[in-house]
Amino acid sequence: MVTLTATKAARSRAGTLTWSGRATPYLFMAPYLVLFCVFVLAPAVFGLWVSLHDWDYLLEGKPFVGLDNYSALFDPSSAVYDDFWVSMRATGIFTLFSVPFLVVLPLGVALMLNRPFRGRTFFRGLFFAPYVLGVAVVCLMWRLLLDPNLGLIDWLLGTDIAWTTAVPWAWVALVGVTVWWTLGFNGVIYLAGMQDIPRELYDAAKVDGAGRWAEFRHVTLPGLRPVALFVVTTTILASANMFGQSYLLTQGAPGGETRTAIVYILDVGLSQYKMGSASAMSYVLTLALIVVSVLNFRLFRGRS
Amino acid sequence: MRRYTVLVALAVVFVAPLLWALGTSLKSQTEATRVPPTVWPAEPVTDAYGTLFEGTTQTPVLRWFLNSLIAATGHMLLVLAVSSLAAYALARLEFRGKRLMFGVIVGTLLVPGFVFLIPQFLIIDQLGWLDSLTALIVPGAAGAFGVFFLRQFFLGLPRELDEAALMEGANHWHIFLRVTLPLSKPALATLAVLSFMSNWNDFIWPVYVLFSPEYFTLPPGLSILQGAYTIDYPVIMAGAVLASVPVLILFALTQRYVIEGISRSGLKG
Repeated sequence: MVTLTATKAARSRAGTLTWSGRATPYLFMAPYLVLFCVFVLAPAVFGLWVSLHDWDYLLEGKPFVGLDNYSALFDPSSAVYDDFWVSMRATGIFTLFSVPFLVVLPLGVALMLNRPFRGRTFFRGLFFAPYVLGVAVVCLMWRLLLDPNLGLIDWLLGTDIAWTTAVPWAWVALVGVTVWWTLGFNGVIYLAGMQDIPRELYDAAKVDGAGRWAEFRHVTLPGLRPVALFVVTTTILASANMFGQSYLLTQGAPGGETRTAIVYILDVGLSQYKMGSASAMSYVLTLALIVVSVLNFRLFRGRS
Repeated sequence: MRRYTVLVALAVVFVAPLLWALGTSLKSQTEATRVPPTVWPAEPVTDAYGTLFEGTTQTPVLRWFLNSLIAATGHMLLVLAVSSLAAYALARLEFRGKRLMFGVIVGTLLVPGFVFLIPQFLIIDQLGWLDSLTALIVPGAAGAFGVFFLRQFFLGLPRELDEAALMEGANHWHIFLRVTLPLSKPALATLAVLSFMSNWNDFIWPVYVLFSPEYFTLPPGLSILQGAYTIDYPVIMAGAVLASVPVLILFALTQRYVIEGISRSGLKG
């Protein structure tokens, strides 16, 4: 009986049957790999190729222009220079102001939710709820809430601030709405990180007579280092990727000041159909993000 | 007690805007434009929903709802199918090029998505998929998250059951279908909910690949609605409510899965 099953197993392993032969792993991989090659790998390479051409979707000829699309971005006399760098600046301002809030506030919320108490799951779900809504819904809702004539916010504050059309208020609105929308996401990640910190460390801190603050400084914070690195990195990337809020909430107002790099790049590439130039811009933005990410990693590693 | 005071205050900040949107959708147009604004409608009416569902040729809202449902469901099913197959190979089988493939797939998780948008648009155009729901269903399924997420889960499953089945003469296809998938229901449910929600909410891609109102999904549709009903706030908010209710219900029912899935992606990412 034993030998019988053994030979049967051996036969099926060595056989050429579709689902047990050598091709098996590739059959499992094939459907995903086809999609991956067509919609991820090919675009990654094709984008570089497009960026080296004067690629206008609406025109027949797409002449090779070498690095012209890139050098135009650094030439103050080119048509795209001003708009591109204003949009890069907008992305920079938004990232600079939203990241600190999105790193610190969720930590506070996670700390409050980290101890067992009645209704914990309920509150966690509540703070996370805005994140399950799409950017279109969130912006539509807040545009109305922030309306200077009919909005609830100005009425509550007794002000008549033009939240979506004047700076610096438009920045306050963009950052505030984004914090409201995505705070729960970072909070949940912190919370999971806190639950992975060994209980014994807290017990030991208690034995040493540590107060709650000392416990936070010497146990919770160091224990959260890898999670915090993840939160900071993904938040910087998400902020630099910001599109919907600028497109829908402020619509770039006033005068394109709050138009982010992605909004501008997609406008050039997919509305004006100047894809060569837009692709070059997206690679320059990517390069900037790589530099920021590397600096960020260095900073975290340097302190450990 | 102090904890509850802070938590309740925060909860108000998080929930009030949602309730206010719901309230506005139930106001008459005159009440919605009244100064000072009312927080909750004095006399709730459903006129706005009537107008919304009736639609026009420029704003066929029910059609958008249906399109969103089809696109999100199709995308979800495709993600589950292709990701689970690939994840099984990566977690359970040995083959040439496996490490390289996994490295490249995971590596793309670090590349910001916008880099792909313009070349993807050109590829979709070549395939003749512009201005169709196919453009919303298929390309997104190439994302690395599902494969990565399911592979981690499959690696955690005991191998003994697979080996016993192999001894019985079962092939990998049977093991995948009858052992791995049934044991992975929680992970599959998490991935299903996350991919449904992300597709349902997607805004940036449909805005650029869809042109005809009849193919729109709700997110790009809402911005059309805003243009068409400029100051008819109840109708606009009714549209926002329509786009939120399905995902909020889904979230309420599957909260544990969604939050666990998100926290796990954070820890291992």
